[in-house]
Amino acid sequence: MKSANATSYLELVCPAGTPTALRTAVDAGADTVYCGFNDCTNARNYPGLNFNVEELAESVAYAHERGRRVLVAINTFPRADDMAPWHRAVDNAVSAGADAVILADIGVLDYTTRKHPNMRRHLSVQAAASNSMSIKFYKDNFDIKRLVLPRILAIEEVASLIAQIGDVEAEVFAFGNLGTMVEGRCYLSSYISGCSPSCEGSCAPANQVTYEEKGDNLISKLAGITINSFGKHEPAAYPTPCKGRYQAMGKTSYLFEEPFGLNTIDILPQLKAAGVTALKIEGRQRSRAYVAEVVSKFRQALDALARGEHVDASTVQLNAIVEGGKETFGAYKKGWR
Amino acid sequence: MMVVAKTNRLTLGPLLFHWPENKRRDFYFRIAEETDIDTVYLGEVICSKRDPFFEPYYEEVEERLSKAGKEVVRSTLALITTPREMQATRDICATAKGMIEANDVASIEAINGKPFVIGPLVNVFNEGALAFLAQKGAKRLATLSELSLPAMQALTSAAKKLNIEMEIPVFGRQHLSISMRCYHARAHGLHKDGCQFVCQADTNGMPVQTLDEQDFIAVNGVQTLSHGYVALTQELETLQQAGVNYFRLSPHDTDMVQVAAVFRAALKGASDATETFKKLQNLMPDVNFINGYAQGVKGMAWEEARSSNQL
Repeated sequence: MKSANATSYLELVCPAGTPTALRTAVDAGADTVYCGFNDCTNARNYPGLNFNVEELAESVAYAHERGRRVLVAINTFPRADDMAPWHRAVDNAVSAGADAVILADIGVLDYTTRKHPNMRRHLSVQAAASNSMSIKFYKDNFDIKRLVLPRILAIEEVASLIAQIGDVEAEVFAFGNLGTMVEGRCYLSSYISGCSPSCEGSCAPANQVTYEEKGDNLISKLAGITINSFGKHEPAAYPTPCKGRYQAMGKTSYLFEEPFGLNTIDILPQLKAAGVTALKIEGRQRSRAYVAEVVSKFRQALDALARGEHVDASTVQLNAIVEGGKETFGAYKKGWR
Repeated sequence: MMVVAKTNRLTLGPLLFHWPENKRRDFYFRIAEETDIDTVYLGEVICSKRDPFFEPYYEEVEERLSKAGKEVVRSTLALITTPREMQATRDICATAKGMIEANDVASIEAINGKPFVIGPLVNVFNEGALAFLAQKGAKRLATLSELSLPAMQALTSAAKKLNIEMEIPVFGRQHLSISMRCYHARAHGLHKDGCQFVCQADTNGMPVQTLDEQDFIAVNGVQTLSHGYVALTQELETLQQAGVNYFRLSPHDTDMVQVAAVFRAALKGASDATETFKKLQNLMPDVNFINGYAQGVKGMAWEEARSSNQL
């Protein structure tokens, strides 16, 4: 799925939590939009989000009329004895005319390969394929055309991996929320709340989140477990377990990661040089305004890059909408570990 | 000829913590000599930087365990990213005498059709994934943390049809997540690349509390574990009846010989769920036990089973 515009062009893959957000992303310059069905088959299963089958078909038509593509994320793991919703989701994505499905579970990959051999398959970040051997497994068995790389590799490692995986395209995260655990391999949220991101598609579900005032502080909790405490002048972040403050060895700290958001706008030339095919913007759960803002800024930056121009990051003011208002290159820079 | 499925086997999972090499070697010698554990998983799963320490002792330990009549399975790394880690995995898969426990899909690729155990760090949640891996040579499924009792039963029933053995973890801190970042090093103000092996000081992992001092999780290098120890004492009989073949104990820095004896007695029916649990509490008075995932609630919880045959 090389870009329609130019082969040297990085494909911009954008999130859509609703049909309106999808149209917004297309109008703002997304080459490709990804979305999911409104059930447990996708990893952003939040109330009021996602698509039914009719909405997906209409959205695919809207995108195709404008020469853009739609990918459907069916990237959670079916629980035992309950595979039917995932099979149905794949069938529905095919019948709605989607350009590819993004899958993680070996059982769902196997079903799709057998039942819909001509449907293009992408490997979700949830499958956590972090080396060329794993990627070969998915390529040889399920003929995946693209994989979304885990957000754990340094740029040098991204480049080295891409050089080893032949014609499998690499899509990397360029902007948005940044988990610190290997995706698809983290059970922290279900450990605390009983709700599984892997199987039910929601990490830190909102209906189990509470905020309590205690003196001057605001305490954030997930399912009754204290995740963080914010002073008067600190912005209160959402209680995602891997972004919490905890105590170890008598010290309080962000044990896993500060509440930063990923922003790669400064390192786009390096990602391109590494052989990346597509850049992914995270945030199907975010607002239409977020989608419009991030997509158009990345569009400008990528167009400039394609023209061979220097991308001046200071002209692309995105820091205001990065999570926590603070940016990071995440694992792309080696010192992160 | 009908193959009679093995039952009531007791296994010792791979040691997840970074114990000093002498302690580790002596631990396995004691397991060989003083327990009737049937199967021992050997190998570093969590961090490839720890590998060289135990390497010189590996053969001796494997030999001692084999001589004691125990099946030895070689466990592989859970997170593989560097060329060196890939090569090490290929080497293990090529040279192992017994089966390999694959803890990443990469190992399944490297095993290349030979019989293997699907380790608990591979996401096999359902019969579809299990059936596919059966075609690739999987002989046993050691299940992941996040399964309810009904899910274990459904997988066991699917496994029987596929001629795959089932192994359920019944004791020890439960795996929760893995990362490229070393949280042990981070807690000491260090990076993974210059970690000084600070994880070695915490032989059961580094305990972590919430801000209001509730016991929460444990950190083991790049891995996050539950704070409480899983103890599926109440679920054991149901699992036996479902046809689970292997019951896994995860090694901790406690008297594992006694732990093995406690679970052996339970498997034999010589000790009921209440008595088994009491024995574990007596062995480890400071440990909180959990069974939330098995009971279909949050993983960190302890739930009294509604009845011994709730399903």
